[in-house]
Amino acid sequence: MIPNEAKKRLIQIVGAENYDDTKAGRLVYSYDATPQFQSLPDAVVAPRNTQEVAEIAKICNEYRIPIVPRGSGTNLCAGTCPVEGGIALLFKHMNRILEIDEENLTATVQPGVITLDLMKAVEEKGLFYPPDPGSMKISTIGGNISENSGGLRGLKYGVTRDYVLGLEVVLANGDIIRTGGKLAKDVAGYDLTRLFVGSEGTLGIVTEATLKLIPMPETKQTMLALYQDLEAAARSVSKIIANQIIPATLEFLDQPTLEVVEDYARIGLPTDVKAVLLIEQDGPNEVVERDMKKMADICRSEQAVSVELARSEEEAEALRTARRAALSALARLKPTTILEDATVPRSEIAKMVKAINEIAAKYQLKICTFGHAGDGNLHPTCPTDARNREEMERVEKAFEEIFAKAIELGGTITGEHGVGAMKAPYLEWKLGPAGIAAMKAIKQALDPNNIMNPGKVFAKSTRKRVVVTR
Amino acid sequence: MTSKTDQALIQKAFQERMDEDELMNCMRCGFCLPSCPTYIESGQQEAQSPRGRIALMKAVVDGLIEPDEEVERSLRLCLGCRACEPVCPSGVRYGHLLEEARDIIAQHQRMPLHIRLVRKVVFAGLFPHQERMRKAASFLGWYQRSGLRTLVRKTGLLRLLPASFRQMERVLPDVPTAKELKNRPHRLNPDGSAKKRVAFFAGCLMDTMFMTTNDATMRLLQLAGCEVIIPPAQGCCGALHGHGGEKELAKELAKRNIAAFEQLDVEYIVTNAGGCGAFLLEYGHLLKDDPAWRDRAAAFAARIKDISEVLVELGFHHLPLRVAPQTVTYQDSCHLRNVMKTAAAPRRLLQAIDGVEFREMKDADRCCGSAGIYNLVEPEMSMKILDYKMEMAKQTKATTIVTANPGCLLQMKLGIERAGLTESVRAVHLVDLLLEAAEGAQAAKEEERIRQTS
Repeated sequence: MIPNEAKKRLIQIVGAENYDDTKAGRLVYSYDATPQFQSLPDAVVAPRNTQEVAEIAKICNEYRIPIVPRGSGTNLCAGTCPVEGGIALLFKHMNRILEIDEENLTATVQPGVITLDLMKAVEEKGLFYPPDPGSMKISTIGGNISENSGGLRGLKYGVTRDYVLGLEVVLANGDIIRTGGKLAKDVAGYDLTRLFVGSEGTLGIVTEATLKLIPMPETKQTMLALYQDLEAAARSVSKIIANQIIPATLEFLDQPTLEVVEDYARIGLPTDVKAVLLIEQDGPNEVVERDMKKMADICRSEQAVSVELARSEEEAEALRTARRAALSALARLKPTTILEDATVPRSEIAKMVKAINEIAAKYQLKICTFGHAGDGNLHPTCPTDARNREEMERVEKAFEEIFAKAIELGGTITGEHGVGAMKAPYLEWKLGPAGIAAMKAIKQALDPNNIMNPGKVFAKSTRKRVVVTR
Repeated sequence: MTSKTDQALIQKAFQERMDEDELMNCMRCGFCLPSCPTYIESGQQEAQSPRGRIALMKAVVDGLIEPDEEVERSLRLCLGCRACEPVCPSGVRYGHLLEEARDIIAQHQRMPLHIRLVRKVVFAGLFPHQERMRKAASFLGWYQRSGLRTLVRKTGLLRLLPASFRQMERVLPDVPTAKELKNRPHRLNPDGSAKKRVAFFAGCLMDTMFMTTNDATMRLLQLAGCEVIIPPAQGCCGALHGHGGEKELAKELAKRNIAAFEQLDVEYIVTNAGGCGAFLLEYGHLLKDDPAWRDRAAAFAARIKDISEVLVELGFHHLPLRVAPQTVTYQDSCHLRNVMKTAAAPRRLLQAIDGVEFREMKDADRCCGSAGIYNLVEPEMSMKILDYKMEMAKQTKATTIVTANPGCLLQMKLGIERAGLTESVRAVHLVDLLLEAAEGAQAAKEEERIRQTS
């Protein structure tokens, strides 16, 4: 509950129209795209500028009210679920592209800008902002930064982190700080920019960001390689990289995923093969030609049954859109879709795919696998039904084994979705007690009262998948 | 305001009637958000998005919240345009959820007397009865022609009405006279040899206020080589009832239509209004719990086809078509596009007309804000959506805006008026423009023949 005094002061800052504590108003900010998680905020607050955010932080710090910053709520680790209540902080008013600097190749934006809108705006100037999370049509830049979102181009271009040059951040005590700037080089002290990127709103509230842009590649080609053997597809991935080709996109979809994606997209994807690779290269014409030819040869040498180039940009875009929708399309199979985000070094892709299939068989589950094969980031996904408790327990155990296997292969428990509330119980597997302690020390220093998105990253208990409601 | 007791009844009905699997299928990915006009125009309020509305419906079922004023407001403000359905990767049938929820609320709500009266007149007294529709239309025609309209407008009497009704009065089409409002022929022969035998769904409003468009539709079918059957026992499709929380009445109307058409030996049942077509297409779902009608409804629905699809299939776009040079843009009817999946055919037909320079407007597939009687009951949101639409239309510099649904057509006329473009821009139904083009080509040919012989 928000004390009356605090409520009054919050309304004074943002205005009554930007403060909502009706039951329905709170309920619609009680979830994000994470299956199963749901918890009500005590109020929903929509500030109009950085100064207001700072004032809000001060009040919340004083009254120990949790703050959960929220973009479009598309994240998959319960990062925007207010698991300990407090206020859901919306950025719908702070959604302007402040500047596109063509001399320095940077864009300065407010956190509420939709990722695709930024991409389009810079494209108009012949520039390119590569991070492209699957939900880019609706996800916000602020959310991308907080979760350090990846996407289909991660292999060649990296992830959101690699494009954040500077930030304006409101700290828990209301201080406003600036990190980095329009600079390629900057070693003045600790790299706070990198610290805040991917900190999932637990260290501060990003209120402005300066992003790196690059020139638009000259050309782009897309192809689809089809396989009757899952592991042959995975081997092709390792072999392409080992041949020193870094494609822009190297995506993997297995047969069950293909089927549901085709059911949604209806673009004529083959559904009678065991796996496909969606491969793209961009860059200068001759490089793209050469790389595409080489990759096609590699795929054929690994028993691809067919390798086909997209005939037009429309066709290529349809393929990419279909891939981006894979996760949600899997929800067609069963009422509940549990997806994970295990990542391994790309040389271990084949082993990981094999292990996932064995684990699925062991627990008698259907687990579909797709993902960013090129960067080793896989999304094993289990269509199930939350009402079937017995099966849910098997799902839980299966995924525990999958995470353990990923770590055993030198991988991690999440490659791009974040820890949030969902992976918190497993974080120590990856970091060890000392690693956790180091992170906690940073959190303690910046947010001593633990008001910034509490209940995320660090596990409070061993409790895992539950529907939390306040 | 709904009382606590009524809320409890609504909640119970939600638990009994809402499709839990469908609610659970929404995995809250948010892919629907950018397609939702009310989410965008409300300044990104989650409660005004499909994801938010589904969450609210589910929360009522789960007992997490009561169906209070906020929940009702959220469901009321939805246009029902269903733009969220084609973009939903999980395939959630949002329209069905909304229809059910609205029906439950409407059936349990104690509405003020005047609203109940209006609903009774519209839903039960008027729309299901075609002869009364004709009488009402002829009264409207009399009002328009007798000088009363001029008088009313001059004396400022209209100011007694809410602004939304006032605006609507201005753009209503000139209705045919009582004499012209005729009973339909039962059968029409094709021009030339018959390529297909089809039935025509005449509709209620379409067959009175928009009678000329219906006449044009049948004429086009004849030109395309169709024998057209128009069964007299048909009536209103029930869409207005279905969307307005009067599901039982909608079912009655559906049964009447199924019975009227099912014995006919025709390939298609042709519609010319996206709103009606989409509702007819979903009769199977509407009657899914009625074993005696379920299969009959599905068989009926399987034959529904929009006029534009039929014309393209019959190669109408290869006939000579000509209009005076003009720039044309097309406004999708939401239900035609999102439910009947017809988007390419109308464009293809338009592009086949000599003299037409076709320019696609940005977000042509976004709702225009008409949405049945939404523009009358939620004028503020409706006009916001319409003003955006007109801005997009303006950017194409089109002088003709084409639609394929009567509601959209009126809304476009309203938009043209609001934007001060009455002098330079017109709105027409696709079939009216097509007939104009077919006759235009015919006249040109005739002219050419006269020139050559003289």
